[in-house]
Amino acid sequence: MSQIFRPSSNAVSKISLLVVVLTVGFLGWALWGLAYSPFATRSKIPFDQPVPFSHKHHVGGLGIDCRYCHPVVERTAFAGMPATETCMSCHTMIWTNAPMLEPVRQSWATGKSLEWNRVHDLPGFVYFNHSIHVNKGIGCQSCHGRVDQMPLMYQVNTLYMDWCLECHRNPEKYVRPRDKVYQMDYEYPANQAEVGARLVAEYKIQKFTDCYTCHR
Amino acid sequence: MRIPFLLLLRNTRKTDRARGSDTPVFLKAMAPRGAAFALLGALALTGCRQDMHDQPRYRPFAATDFFGDRRASRPAIPGTVARGMLKTDTGYWTGKAAGKEVERYPLPLTREVLERGRDRFNIYCQPCHGAAGYGNGIIVTRGLKNPPSYHTDALREAPIGHFVDVMTNGSGSMLSYASRVPVRDRWAIAAYIRVLQQSQNVKAGDLSAEERQKVNAPEARAAEPKKEAAH
Ligand code: HEC
Ligand code: HEC
Ligand code: HEC
Ligand code: HEC
Ligand code: HEC
Repeated sequence: MSQIFRPSSNAVSKISLLVVVLTVGFLGWALWGLAYSPFATRSKIPFDQPVPFSHKHHVGGLGIDCRYCHPVVERTAFAGMPATETCMSCHTMIWTNAPMLEPVRQSWATGKSLEWNRVHDLPGFVYFNHSIHVNKGIGCQSCHGRVDQMPLMYQVNTLYMDWCLECHRNPEKYVRPRDKVYQMDYEYPANQAEVGARLVAEYKIQKFTDCYTCHR
Repeated sequence: MRIPFLLLLRNTRKTDRARGSDTPVFLKAMAPRGAAFALLGALALTGCRQDMHDQPRYRPFAATDFFGDRRASRPAIPGTVARGMLKTDTGYWTGKAAGKEVERYPLPLTREVLERGRDRFNIYCQPCHGAAGYGNGIIVTRGLKNPPSYHTDALREAPIGHFVDVMTNGSGSMLSYASRVPVRDRWAIAAYIRVLQQSQNVKAGDLSAEERQKVNAPEARAAEPKKEAAH
């Protein structure tokens, strides 16, 4: 019976092993990169909205507090979206003819909801709650970035599990005084290690890393 | 000369057996296959993702095709009363009872209430009414018609319920804030408006000698902000 493999096929199989290892390594690296890329995390990509609503103008320019438009953020899991009535509190009187605001006026006249496109979107098997974070001194900025500089809303962080856990393991790095939660340009003091540890004790912040905290 | 890819796909087991399990060759042939399966597995996994991610349930305020108005969060059926929301005390809930504005503050008036009021005022009212209530908030500088100043005799003498009524039902071009500011907070804001009125209308005679001295001190005068135009 003739040999199926000639001696030269040893070289071939060695090379093919190498090629496979390299390919798998490369694919792994590429998949990893892809998983953390804006494409997969949806971060850093401004979303088109029915009304080109600008946090930059309303928060950065006019200094309106987040809670004016997201009023239930300190009380419920859901941060809340502004009712058409909220926009109309101002826009019945200013910029009343702006074509950009036509959908808002339509909604006000007909009672149909404005349909915003969701920017942040955790998977269905993750439980998230705004009120606990806000009330324990985690600023909006820690998770949503400099909202006051966003002409159109985009997601800043990956919202991956490793990102949540980084903070749940080391809350002292991110906690700030409660009255600074809504401030966008808060700068952590140089001695954040001490201040953070003090606030963690004062607010009784626990380090929640059990699976059932977020998967329930 | 075989192409390495073919090697990956070849079923080598038969030949192995025939040759009495020649381990090195077996391993050589199997490792790439294992890798190939791992790769396929990894690719397949990425394919599974979305089912558990997008579960067939609605989150708050989600859109749906099921209902005509496209709202998954259903509005309450008319007449529904939530716990603690049986609004029999119309004076408390609207600031007005039997067509008359409430005169008496219905809650215990503490420092916490006033601080809460200040906090809420600065979120919801200050953009239009200004931090001190002169009706010169930032939105006014962008074209809003001036809201009335709180520092007029008419508003100083208005019953406390008047402010709660305005917040609850709106007034003139101001829309209702009832959906954004819960009733307790509306009362807290009303109390804080009284604080603002007081702060801008102190008679020299009401001050203690010590306070008067502070006000008259040259450094206090120098630091005095330019008087805000009262409209
Ligand atoms: C004048 C009203 C207004 C104010 C004030 C405001 N927002 Fe918003 N916010 C909106 C509207 C409208 C949307 C939906 C459109 C969009 O996504 O841009 C939104 C969307 C968002 C989203 C994205 C929601 C999603 O789809 O995932 C975040 C995060 C957010 N706001 C955070 C903030 C923070 C933080 C502040 C305070 C610094 C703030 N907002 C102040 C009106 C407002
Ligand atoms: C507290 C008052 C206030 C509220 C509430 C408000 N706006 Fe505005 N909005 C303004 C002002 C003032 C401007 C003019 C911008 C400027 O001069 O910087 C403006 C401008 C705009 C513009 C024009 C484009 C731009 O950004 O300059 C859009 C679009 C807009 N608003 C949408 C909205 C929507 C949607 C809502 C409801 C979620 C809303 N606004 C709520 C005060 C408000
Ligand atoms: C600990 C991180 C964190 C903090 C702090 C935080 N958010 Fe969020 N926010 C999220 C995540 C995660 C989501 C996506 C929730 C989802 O998909 O269910 C989100 C979603 C939102 C949304 C969309 C509506 C919703 O609830 O899904 C708004 C609006 C919003 N945040 C506003 C705010 C405001 C305003 C603050 C500050 C008061 C704030 N957030 C603080 C993480 C955070
Ligand atoms: C910047 C810091 C930070 C980030 C990021 C963060 N958290 Fe938290 N989280 C906290 C703190 C602080 C608490 C409060 C712990 C306590 O109650 O003592 C908390 C509490 C929670 C709780 C409530 C636990 C309970 O049982 O009451 C949940 C659920 C939660 N986080 C989910 C998430 C998820 C999901 C993410 C990622 C999308 C996330 N968190 C990201 C800081 C953070
Ligand atoms: C602080 C909140 C938090 C805790 C605690 C947590 N997770 Fe997660 N987990 C998340 C978030 C957020 C995601 C979604 C990541 C994404 O977008 O793919 C996730 C996703 C997952 C996934 C799916 C990964 C994928 O690719 O889809 C698994 C499996 C998982 N978690 C297991 C666990 C286990 C096991 C534990 C306990 C050891 C745990 N988690 C604890 C927040 C948490």
